[in-house]
Amino acid sequence: MTQDSPLADNAAAPPPDDDTPAETKLSCKGLWKVFGADEDRARRVIQGHDGVIGRDALEREGFAAAVRNADIDVRTGEIFVVMGLSGSGKSTLIRCLSLLLQPTSGELIFDGRDLLGCSEKELIDIRRHKMGMVFQHFALLPHLTVLGNVAFPLEIQGVSRFDAEERAHKMIELVGLGGRETDYPSGLSGGQQQRVGIARSLATDPDLWLLDEPFSALDPLIRREMQDEFLKLQRMLGKTIIFITHDFDEAIRLADRIAIMHSGDIVQIGTPEDLVIRPANDYVRDFTADVTRAKVLSARSIMRPADEGTSFAGDVAPVDRVTDFAARAIETEAPLAVRGRSGRLLGQVDREAVIRVLAEAE
Amino acid sequence: MSLTLSDTSAGGALQRASLLVWGATLAAIVLLWIAAGRLGWIADPADVFVIPIEGWLSAFVDWLSDDLSFGLFTFRDLTRALAWVLEIPLSFFITILSRGTEVPLGAERTLTLPPVPWFAILFAFVWLCWVWGGRRLAILAIAALGYLVVFGQWGSAMVTLSSILVAVPVGVAGGMALGILAYRSDRVARGLTPVLDLMQTVPIFAYLVPVLVLFGFGPVSAMIATVIYAMPPMVRVTMLALRGVSPELLELGRMTGCTRRQMLWRILLPSARPSLMVGVNQVIMLSLNMVIIASMIGAGGLGYDVLTSLRRLEIGNGLQAGLAITLLAILLDRMSHAYFAYRETPRAQRRAQGVNNAAMIGALLAGAYVVGLIFPALTIYPDAWVIDTSPFWDGLVTWINLNLYDYLDAVKTFLLIYVLVPVKRFMLDVPWLAVALLLAVVGWRLSGLRLAVTVAGMAAFIAFTGNWEKAMVSVYLCGISVLIASTIGILWGLLAARSDRAYGIAVTSVDTLQTLPSFVYLIPVVMLFQVGDFSAMIAIVLYALAPAVRYTAHGLRRLPSEIVEASRMSGCTPRQMLWRVRLPLALPEIALGINQTIMMALSMLVITALVGTSDLGQEVYIALTRSNVGQGLVAGLCVAFIGMISDRLITAWVARRKAQFRIE
Repeated sequence: MTQDSPLADNAAAPPPDDDTPAETKLSCKGLWKVFGADEDRARRVIQGHDGVIGRDALEREGFAAAVRNADIDVRTGEIFVVMGLSGSGKSTLIRCLSLLLQPTSGELIFDGRDLLGCSEKELIDIRRHKMGMVFQHFALLPHLTVLGNVAFPLEIQGVSRFDAEERAHKMIELVGLGGRETDYPSGLSGGQQQRVGIARSLATDPDLWLLDEPFSALDPLIRREMQDEFLKLQRMLGKTIIFITHDFDEAIRLADRIAIMHSGDIVQIGTPEDLVIRPANDYVRDFTADVTRAKVLSARSIMRPADEGTSFAGDVAPVDRVTDFAARAIETEAPLAVRGRSGRLLGQVDREAVIRVLAEAE
Repeated sequence: MSLTLSDTSAGGALQRASLLVWGATLAAIVLLWIAAGRLGWIADPADVFVIPIEGWLSAFVDWLSDDLSFGLFTFRDLTRALAWVLEIPLSFFITILSRGTEVPLGAERTLTLPPVPWFAILFAFVWLCWVWGGRRLAILAIAALGYLVVFGQWGSAMVTLSSILVAVPVGVAGGMALGILAYRSDRVARGLTPVLDLMQTVPIFAYLVPVLVLFGFGPVSAMIATVIYAMPPMVRVTMLALRGVSPELLELGRMTGCTRRQMLWRILLPSARPSLMVGVNQVIMLSLNMVIIASMIGAGGLGYDVLTSLRRLEIGNGLQAGLAITLLAILLDRMSHAYFAYRETPRAQRRAQGVNNAAMIGALLAGAYVVGLIFPALTIYPDAWVIDTSPFWDGLVTWINLNLYDYLDAVKTFLLIYVLVPVKRFMLDVPWLAVALLLAVVGWRLSGLRLAVTVAGMAAFIAFTGNWEKAMVSVYLCGISVLIASTIGILWGLLAARSDRAYGIAVTSVDTLQTLPSFVYLIPVVMLFQVGDFSAMIAIVLYALAPAVRYTAHGLRRLPSEIVEASRMSGCTPRQMLWRVRLPLALPEIALGINQTIMMALSMLVITALVGTSDLGQEVYIALTRSNVGQGLVAGLCVAFIGMISDRLITAWVARRKAQFRIE
């Protein structure tokens, strides 16, 4: 399973020691989105209830909310995945976060700036320089070449054509489409088109990278390949990412943290491991039931306090996933030592514990 | 069990109610018919009471042109300014393409500037055709333009081409501007849509009358009429094309921080380009159609040649000019399609790469012009070499009249006596109130009270403006033509649906039929059957045939293959398949085809006024010759209303049928 290696690398890379709090890049509090002609009244109703109103109470007022009271903090440099089935409100949420849709109520802070208080002009400026977005159906302009599409956001900003194209060339190389610059989108496969979409969204070197179901329209095999490349890119670039998907496996594979949405509510936010070990309700449990636990559970969650004077077969980091060390753990009788960055002994992982995980036993 | 029982009894009650309604309607119609003998206004209110809308409209237009003032300038100044602005490019093109000009140099000397030599224009066309469409298109260009040169049609054709060269950009730009406004503002869109609907159903001639009154007689007013006529589809196409741009692209625009203007010019218009091109093609074809008809108010060119020949019954000349128009129309149509395809191909695959076409053709034209300046004789194809085929055609007509007259006349007389005249009598006999009642009941049963009031109101408008009798003649002529056209069209469509090859042939023929300007249909008909209702009917049938074929074939072919397979697995014979599966399912589509056929028949009906009918079309035509705006517009509106009544009823039926079957 060579495809798994990026996952392993990824898992090993993030937070240096366990509890260094990263700064918040984007946060929303009490965010609501109600569709309909009478949004102003909806706002008054919601604010009249201090931003907390039950589904039934809101329906009695004649409204249905697509996003209900969402609280999210996206940390700098993390991959934050929003997972939900169709109609769960995830697309609405990402459009509210990028202000493509005006939220009905709530607050939205980006880089310490209140986005809802920004003028249209400031917003244009923020979108031009700070945000990049990848779309589900690629949204390539059919009349422009690959080069023209990637250079497009720069030209909109007024960057000179020469500079824009130079930068676009670099981006196209980065996504592995070098040599296809003069092709038109219609001549590219789905995977290639989305590479163009990715290159374009990165051309302006945004801080916040929004991906709206970027791989959903692709074949399973291509999807897998694109996910790997996405992780590789992210290791190089270290963007702050909000990634929307309806595919739980994709979420598990890519996410640092996942928010699960269900009919407008954010049901649970946590690491993939959190969701598997501590599902907030039956809805989340149903999703995690089929997950290969060995790929999600880390050494920390299956270790137990180290016995005095045991001899260890080797060391693992607390964030290492079971798949990474399963082979080593099974080969020897002796347990593995779980050690933090500083080398401090945190606990031990026994062979039986690993086997239980691999056997998917509770 | 009790449920099913009550269900059937409810169904029975419904059926009884429906029977009752129809019975009552029938009885009422018969009663009205009898009463009409005593009370004239039930049969036709024309003698008793007429709302003088005609007078009001004429007075309004008079007021516009004589009295309306905006303070600094009057309405008349405005129309003059508009005409003046359009005059500049038009006379520029006519000068360089066709007439040439003389520049006075003082002291009795003049410099004669000839038009661009014909061979230079021909070469430029052929080159562009080759670049855009390859060898086949180039050959078409050589053949078409060669015909114009050799048969002496070049000069007129260039005048017509000049009008097109000005009318098309103006129509496209104006249509796009209105379409963009309507896209941006729902209010504009809501206001514009009914106006567009009406503009597309009012017959062509009716446009000419107010334009004639406001702008006078001449090429410029002809062109204004052309632009007005050709613009509505562009507005509609622009609205649809912009609305069809994927929402993701709009989001992309906002996420990359596009301003409103960048959004329009860099996202919306470019990505809607393929659809917009369809609109451009329509503007070209409609302009060409209209520019011919506009020769009645002074457009000149090929249309004028056809018109005068028709009036003088010089079939040979008319045929030559008509063929020239046809070839020009086909060439321009194919050229525009080829150009759009060319725009969509990647640069690397285009023909004549690295050649700057604009520069090359510019240099060619300029060089040829200098040559022509030095040797003026070269610029004009020598008259001695022109081949005139009109004696041949005139001879053919004489021959036909001598040898085939008996047979043709027998067919004509038979149809006139046993079909046309009785139907006409019947239609003229039916009291208007009975027709209005019937329409209202049909509308009510199909859709509801609103439709009932709409169609009855339109019928009342026709009756109370004093046009009932003429309208009935139109309905009779149109009705018979549509019946024949639909029968032929549906049969042809059935044949065409049988195989890919037959379908291809049908589509190509129908496309070509639709490319021809409506004027052209009159020529061979008059050649064979002289003037009169019968000729008009044949011309209408020919012109209106296309949609019936197209929709039938399309409706039959696009049935889901699963349904076809399921019926074959249930053991349908081909005949059962056709009658029990394909036709019933394709019926809504076929009905839409017939609806289109009716629309086209109505638009042709007005043009057949030239061959001597006595219906609403004639009314418009007379209004045109007398510059009577009110009469022309009201008669035009009546034609539009006949079309709209049938359109609303058929659409309502189709909607009901589709809802019943839950098909899209």
